[in-house]
Amino acid sequence: MMASSYNAKEEDGHPSGASGHGGPGVVKSKKPDNTAFKQQRLPAWQPILTAGTVLPAFFVIGLIFIPIGIGLYVTSNNIKEFEIDYTGVNMDSPCYTCAKNFSWNNTTPCTCSVDFTLKQPFESNVFMYYGLSNFYQNHRRYVKSRDDSQLNGGRSLTDPSKECEPYRKNDELPIAPCGAIANSLFNDTLELFHIDSNGSRNAIPLVKKGIAWWTDKHVKFRNPGGNSNLTQAFLGTTKPVNWRKPVYELDPSDPENNGFINEDFIVWMRTAALPTFRKLYRIIQKKSSTTPTLPSGKYTLDIIYNYPVLSFDGRKRMILSTISWMGGKNPFLGIAYITVGSICFFLGVVLLIIHHKYDTRNNSADIPN
Amino acid sequence: LSQLILRSQYSRYHILFQEILPSHFCVGEENWVDSRTIYIGHKEPPPGTEAFIQQRFPDNRIVSSKYTFWNFIPKNMFEQFRRVANFYFLIIFLVQLIIDTPTSPITSGLPLFFVITVTAIKQGYEDWLRHKADNAVNKCPVHVVQHGKVVRKQSRKLRVGDVVLVKEDESFPCDLILLSSSRDDGTCYVTTASLDGESSHKTYYAVQDTKAYNEEKEVDSIHATIECEQPQPDLYKFVGRISIYMDNEPVARPLGSENLLLRGATLKNTEYIFAVAIYTGMETKMALNYQSKSQKRSAVEKSMNAYLVVYLCILISKAVINTVLKYAWQADPNRDEPWYNERTEVERQRHLIRAFTDFLAFMVLFNYIIPVSMYVTVEMQKFLGSYFIMWDDEMFDEELGERAVVNTSDLNEELGQVEYVFTDKTGTLTENNMEFIECCVDGHVYVPHAICNGQVMPGAAGMDMIDTSPGPKAREHEELFFRALCLCHTVQVKEEETVDGIKHGIHQGKSTSFYISSSPDEVALVEGMKRLGFTYLRLKDSQMEILNREDEIERFELLEVLTFDSVRRRMSVIVRANTGELYLFCKGADSSIFPRVVSGKVDQIRARVEHNAVEGLRTLCVAYRPLSPEQYQEVCHLLSSAKLALQDRDKRLAEAYDLIEKDLILLGATAVEDRLQEKAADTIESLHKAGMKVWVLTGDKMETAAATCYASKLFRRNTQILELTTKRTEEQSLHDVLFDLSRTVLRQHGGMTRDTFSGLSGDCTDYGLIIDGATLSAVMRPGQEDSNSGNYKEIFLEICRNCSAVLCCRMAPLQKAQIVKLIKASKEHPITLAIGDGANDVSMILEAHVGIGIMGKEGRQAVRNSDYAIPKFKHLKKMLLVHGHYYYIRISELVQYFFYKNVCFIFPQFLYQFFCGFSQQPLYDTAYLTLYNISFTSLPILLYSLIEQHINMDILKKDPSLYRDIAKNSLLRWPSFIYWTVLGVYDAIVMFFGAYFLFDNTTFTSNGQMFGNWTFGTLVFTVLVFTVTFKLALDTHYWTWINHFVIWGSLIFFVVFSLLWGGIIWPFLNYQRMYYVFMQMLSSGPAWLSIILLITASLLPDVVKKVIWRALWPTTTERIQVGSHMYEIKELARQY
Repeated sequence: MMASSYNAKEEDGHPSGASGHGGPGVVKSKKPDNTAFKQQRLPAWQPILTAGTVLPAFFVIGLIFIPIGIGLYVTSNNIKEFEIDYTGVNMDSPCYTCAKNFSWNNTTPCTCSVDFTLKQPFESNVFMYYGLSNFYQNHRRYVKSRDDSQLNGGRSLTDPSKECEPYRKNDELPIAPCGAIANSLFNDTLELFHIDSNGSRNAIPLVKKGIAWWTDKHVKFRNPGGNSNLTQAFLGTTKPVNWRKPVYELDPSDPENNGFINEDFIVWMRTAALPTFRKLYRIIQKKSSTTPTLPSGKYTLDIIYNYPVLSFDGRKRMILSTISWMGGKNPFLGIAYITVGSICFFLGVVLLIIHHKYDTRNNSADIPN
Repeated sequence: LSQLILRSQYSRYHILFQEILPSHFCVGEENWVDSRTIYIGHKEPPPGTEAFIQQRFPDNRIVSSKYTFWNFIPKNMFEQFRRVANFYFLIIFLVQLIIDTPTSPITSGLPLFFVITVTAIKQGYEDWLRHKADNAVNKCPVHVVQHGKVVRKQSRKLRVGDVVLVKEDESFPCDLILLSSSRDDGTCYVTTASLDGESSHKTYYAVQDTKAYNEEKEVDSIHATIECEQPQPDLYKFVGRISIYMDNEPVARPLGSENLLLRGATLKNTEYIFAVAIYTGMETKMALNYQSKSQKRSAVEKSMNAYLVVYLCILISKAVINTVLKYAWQADPNRDEPWYNERTEVERQRHLIRAFTDFLAFMVLFNYIIPVSMYVTVEMQKFLGSYFIMWDDEMFDEELGERAVVNTSDLNEELGQVEYVFTDKTGTLTENNMEFIECCVDGHVYVPHAICNGQVMPGAAGMDMIDTSPGPKAREHEELFFRALCLCHTVQVKEEETVDGIKHGIHQGKSTSFYISSSPDEVALVEGMKRLGFTYLRLKDSQMEILNREDEIERFELLEVLTFDSVRRRMSVIVRANTGELYLFCKGADSSIFPRVVSGKVDQIRARVEHNAVEGLRTLCVAYRPLSPEQYQEVCHLLSSAKLALQDRDKRLAEAYDLIEKDLILLGATAVEDRLQEKAADTIESLHKAGMKVWVLTGDKMETAAATCYASKLFRRNTQILELTTKRTEEQSLHDVLFDLSRTVLRQHGGMTRDTFSGLSGDCTDYGLIIDGATLSAVMRPGQEDSNSGNYKEIFLEICRNCSAVLCCRMAPLQKAQIVKLIKASKEHPITLAIGDGANDVSMILEAHVGIGIMGKEGRQAVRNSDYAIPKFKHLKKMLLVHGHYYYIRISELVQYFFYKNVCFIFPQFLYQFFCGFSQQPLYDTAYLTLYNISFTSLPILLYSLIEQHINMDILKKDPSLYRDIAKNSLLRWPSFIYWTVLGVYDAIVMFFGAYFLFDNTTFTSNGQMFGNWTFGTLVFTVLVFTVTFKLALDTHYWTWINHFVIWGSLIFFVVFSLLWGGIIWPFLNYQRMYYVFMQMLSSGPAWLSIILLITASLLPDVVKKVIWRALWPTTTERIQVGSHMYEIKELARQY
C-alpha cells in the first residue's frame, strides 16, 4: 500500500509519460540546441543612426566632396572645346545646298567647307568628334538590328540574324554587315585645314587609329576568314543598301582597318545612349612640346556631305576638344559634387543644432532607466 | 474521392428522406444506403432473412499522396498556376513569347521556371515521402482469419468483412468491431496516441455474444451481420447493430463507439484480439479526419496584396502613358520611321493590333516592378523564420519535455499584431494538475493531511475535521460518500510490471499501480479518497474492488455506467453491493445536481460549494439514489432500448439518462484545486502592458473563474467589475442592464479619452466585465421582432471595448468561437489570438486569426488544430513580445524594401523611354534584368528578414509597451508605404538623371573614346545595386557576421559577375552587347566619381529623415535603442 500511494503521487505530475514510453531519450531529443545562432544571440554590432553618430560622417563627406567638386570644376573649365554645326539649315550656311539637294542617287558627292576661328590654342592632343542630334540610335528597333556573330566573323555571314530585318537581305543576297545600324553608318568625310597668316591651307593630320575600344577592334569585331583576302571572304554577300561601297573597301589602304574591323565602323556600331550624341572621329596628335596642337587662328573644315539629317530634323556638328584625366568638358560632375558636399555640410550644421537641443534631452531622460 | 463525396451526399439525402417518411416505411431499414451491411467473414446470411443489397466497399489502401507519377506534372502545374502571382508571371512570360517584346522571354521565364521548379521539387519530394509512407502502411502484413486459419495478407488487400487478428502493440489496420479478445471479459486496452494524442489507455468492449469466441476456429464459425452507419469523421461517434445468427435465430445487439477500434490506435496490455473490418482505406475515421484546415491569412499578407494592386495600377498606368506618348511622338512620320530605321513590311501592316502590342510590350518592360522573387523570399522567410520559434530554448519545457511547435508558418508576423487574447482557463491559465483539497459531507468538512506520508490512518485520524465529529447516522453517510467517490468514475488502474529488479525489491514483489483517466479531476478525487482511507483497487469482471479503512476488500458489481458529457455535466454509475442493494451514484456540477436532489443537507452544502468556488476551487457534488430491483429493471429497459437504437441514439440515451438521474439524495461536495500555471499572472500583466485585451473564456462557474482571474491579475483590486449574468438579467431586462453598463463605461471613458491616448493609463479605474453563456446567447440572438436586438451586439461590443479584461464563463465550445467571431467582425477588425489546451477550445482556435495550442493534459486536439503550440501559457509572452515583434518588423521591412528596390530598378527604365522615342528599349542588359532580384539583391534582405533585431530580446521582454509601437500594422500603413515609394522614385530620378547629365554630349574617358547605351545602363545599374544594398545596410540594426558576409558578398558577387559577364565572348549568346562594357566603365575616373556621388545623393535624404525624426519625434522603440546604446557606452566607460 505504501508503495502504491508513493508511486501514484510521483506519477501525478507526469500523465504524459504514464504509458511508460517517452522517457528521457525523447525529452533530450526535443530539447533545442543551445547555440548562439538558434537562440538568436549571435554576437552582433548594433549601430544606431543618431544625430550624434551621423554628424561626423556628414562633415567628413562635406569636407571631402567640396574640394573634389572644385577640382573637377576647375579641370572641366580648363578643357578647350570647340563645336560647330555644319548641317546647313540656314540659307547662309555653307552646306545649305548640299543639305537641300541631297538625294540617295547622287553619284557625285557634294562638298562644302566651313570656316571658323579658334580664339585660344589647343595645347594637348585634340580629339575630333562628329555629333548628331535628334538621332535615335537608342531606338529599340535600331539597337537590336545587328548581328554580333556576323560581325565577329562567325558563320552567320551569309545567313544574318532575323533581327536585321528589313536590312537583312537585298535581292536575295545577304547583307554584310546587316542591320539598321550598319546601314546608317555615318559617312561624311571631314577634313581640317589650318589657314595660316599668309592664307595658305595646311592640312592637319588626322589619326584614325585608336578611336575605337581596343577590345572591340581586336576581339569583338573580326573579319570572316581572317584578314587575308577580304573580297574573297565577303563573296556571296552584298553591301548595305545605303552604302556606296562594300564593307571590304571601307579603308583599302590599311588592311588592319578594313572590313568589320574598320574603326569608324566600330565606333558607329556602339549605339549611343541618348538622341544627342557625339562620336570620336579622329585624333590630332600633339607634335612637339613647344607648339600647340592647334594654334589659335583660322581654320577650314571640308566636308564631303553624304549624310542626310534634315528629314528627321537632325543636326550635325563637328567638335574639337582636349581631354583631361576626367574626360571632356563636363561642368556637371564638379557642380554636383560641390552641391552635395555643401548640402552635407549644411545638414551637418543642422544636425549639430538638433543634436544639442534634442538628443541630449532625450538621453538624459532615458539614462536613469 | 469523388465517389466518396457522391456517396456521402446521397446518404445525406437519404437521411433527410427517412425523417420525412412515416415510420412503417422504415421496416426495411437494412436496405438504406446510409447504412452499410457487413457479413462477418463474408458469409452470406441464412436464407429467409431480408434480401441484402451487396454493397461495394473500397479496399484498405490509404492514399495520402496527392499525385501519381503520371499526373504529377500537369496537376502540380495547374495547382501552382492557380496562384494569382504565378499566373501573372506566366501571362507575362507568354506575352514575351508571342509578341516582339523588349526583353527576352528568359528574363521572366527563368525566375518563373526557377520558382516553379523549386516548388514542384519540394512538393514532389513531399509527395514521394507520402507515397513511401503509404506503401509502407499499405504493404505491412496483417493477419486475417480465413477458413479457420490465420493467413498473412498485405494491409491494402484487407476488405470489409474480413476478420482480423491483432496482437499486442500492433496498430489496427482499419476500423474494426471488436469480436473477442484474449481476455475473458472481452475487453481490450487501446491507446489513441497517434489519433488524438491521448496516451492514456482506453478500454474497449467486445460484443457480448461473441466474446467467448477467442480462437481462430471459433471465430470463423461466427455467423453474423453488422449494420452500421456510413463512415463519418467524428472519432467518438459510432452507431451500429450486430445480428448474430445462432440456431438461425438472429440476435440483435447494439454497437457503439466502445466496440469500435479505430485505425491508427494501438493495442496495449492485451495479448490479441479478433475483430471484423467495417471501414477500410479512405473510409476509415482517421482518413476522413485528414482534411486540412482552412488557410488563414495574415494582416501583412493583406496589405501586401493591397500594395500589389497599387503597383499593378502603377504598372498599367506607366504602360498606358508610354503607349499614348509613343503614338503622339510618332505622329511625325520622320520620327516614326526615319530613313535609318525602317520597319519591316510585316510590321507596317499590323496597324490595328500594334497599339495593343505596344501596350503589352511596355507592360513586359516594367513588369519587374512586381517581383516574382518577393513571393519566394516571403515564403522562405516565413518557413525558415519559424524555425527560430521551434529552436527557442526558453520555450522548451523541461517538465513536459516539449518545445514550441509551428504548424503553419504563414502567421509568424501576425503574432506581433495581436490585440485581443482569448484564453481558456483550465489547463491554460491553470495547471490542470488537480489536487484534492477537501470534501464536505452533510456540511462537515474533511481535509486530508497536506503531507501524506503514504500511511493510511485508520478512522478519522487521517483527516482534520473542521466541524464537530459526526454522529452514527452521519458516519454512515460519510462512508457512503466515500464509497460513492470510489465507485462513480471511469478511472483505470494501470499495473506497472516493473522489470527492474531493484524497484521490485523495494516494493516487496508487489506490482505497483497508478490511476489513469481522461479527466484529471477524477484521478484527484480517487487519490483523495485513498488518502481518506478508501482505496479503489481495480475493476475485474464487472466487480469494483475497494479497500476500506478496515483493510477489508469490498466488492461492488458495476451494472451500468452513465458516462459524462458536457451537456449534462454529470455522470452516474449503477452498482450492486455485496448485500444485494442497488445504488445509483451520481456526481456532477452543482448546477446539474441540485435541481435533481430531493433530500439531503442542501443548504449547508450549497454554502460550502459557493465558498469553495470563490476560493477558486473546482467543486463537484455527489448524490445517490437507492434503487429497488423493479426500478433497476426499468432502468435497464430504458438504457438497452436507447442503446439499441440505430438513429438518434445519443438523443435517446440523453433522454434515458435524464429519466434515470432523478430523485437523488445529496451526499456532499468535493473541492479540487487547480493551481495557476507558473508566471501566468506575470504573462497576463505583460500582455496588458503591451496593449492587448485579455479575455478568459471558460466553461467553469463564475465564482471559480473570477477567483482565477483575480489570482492571475486579470482583474486587479481596483478593477470595477461589471456583471452581465443571468442573475442580473433575471432582475432587470437584458435591455436595461446593457444600457446601464454602457452608460457607466462611457461616462468614464468620455473623460478618459485624453489620458488613454497619451499612454499608460495606470491610475484610472479600469473595468472588468463578467458575462455568462446564457446571457451571451441572449445578446447574440439574432432578429427578434424589435429591432433593438441588433443593437445589443453593438452595445455589448462598446462595453467590451472599454473593458481591459473580460471574463466569459459557462461557455459552450461553440460560444467561444462565436465570441471570437464577434470581436473579429467588429468595426476595428482587431487581430485576435485564441489559446487553449482542450478539445473544447478547438473551435475558437480555428476561428481566431492566430490559434495557439497548449500541450496540456486534455489530449492533443488543440495542438493539432492550432497554428502554433507551446508547452505552457507563460511562453506566450516570449512568443508575442519577442518573436511576434521581430517577425513583424522583419517582414514589414521585407515587403517595403522589396517594393522600394523594384521602384528604384524600374523607374529609370521608365524615364529612359522618354529619351529613346518610347521604343521600349530596356535600359539594362538582360542578365541584369534577370539577376537583379534573384541574386544581386536577394540574399541581404532575406537574411535581414531572418535575423534582424532592432532591439535586444531582453528589452523587448522587459518592456512590453514596446509592442504598442507596432500595433495596428503601423509599419505597413499607407503613409510609410508612400514614403518608401517616394524614396524609391527619388533614388531612381537621382540615378537616372545623374547618369544622364554625365553622359550628356560629353566624353567620359581620358582617351577620348565614347561610351554607348549599354555603358549608360550599366552605370545606372551599378549605382542602383550599391544604393539599394547600402539602404538595407543602413536599416540593419543587428550586424552579425552573416549580415556582413551576405551584404558585402552580394556586392562582390555583382562586381565579379559583371566582370565575368563582360569579360568573355559568350558563344551561346546571339549578342555581345555587354562585352567589356563594365571594365571600360571602371577604367574611367569620372565613372567612379559619379558612382560615389550618386550613391551618396541617393542615400542622403533617407539618412537625414531617420536622424531628424529620431531626434525630434522619437518612437518608444527609438528612445529605448538610444537609451540602451548610451547605457552600454557608459558601462564600457565604467569598466575602464
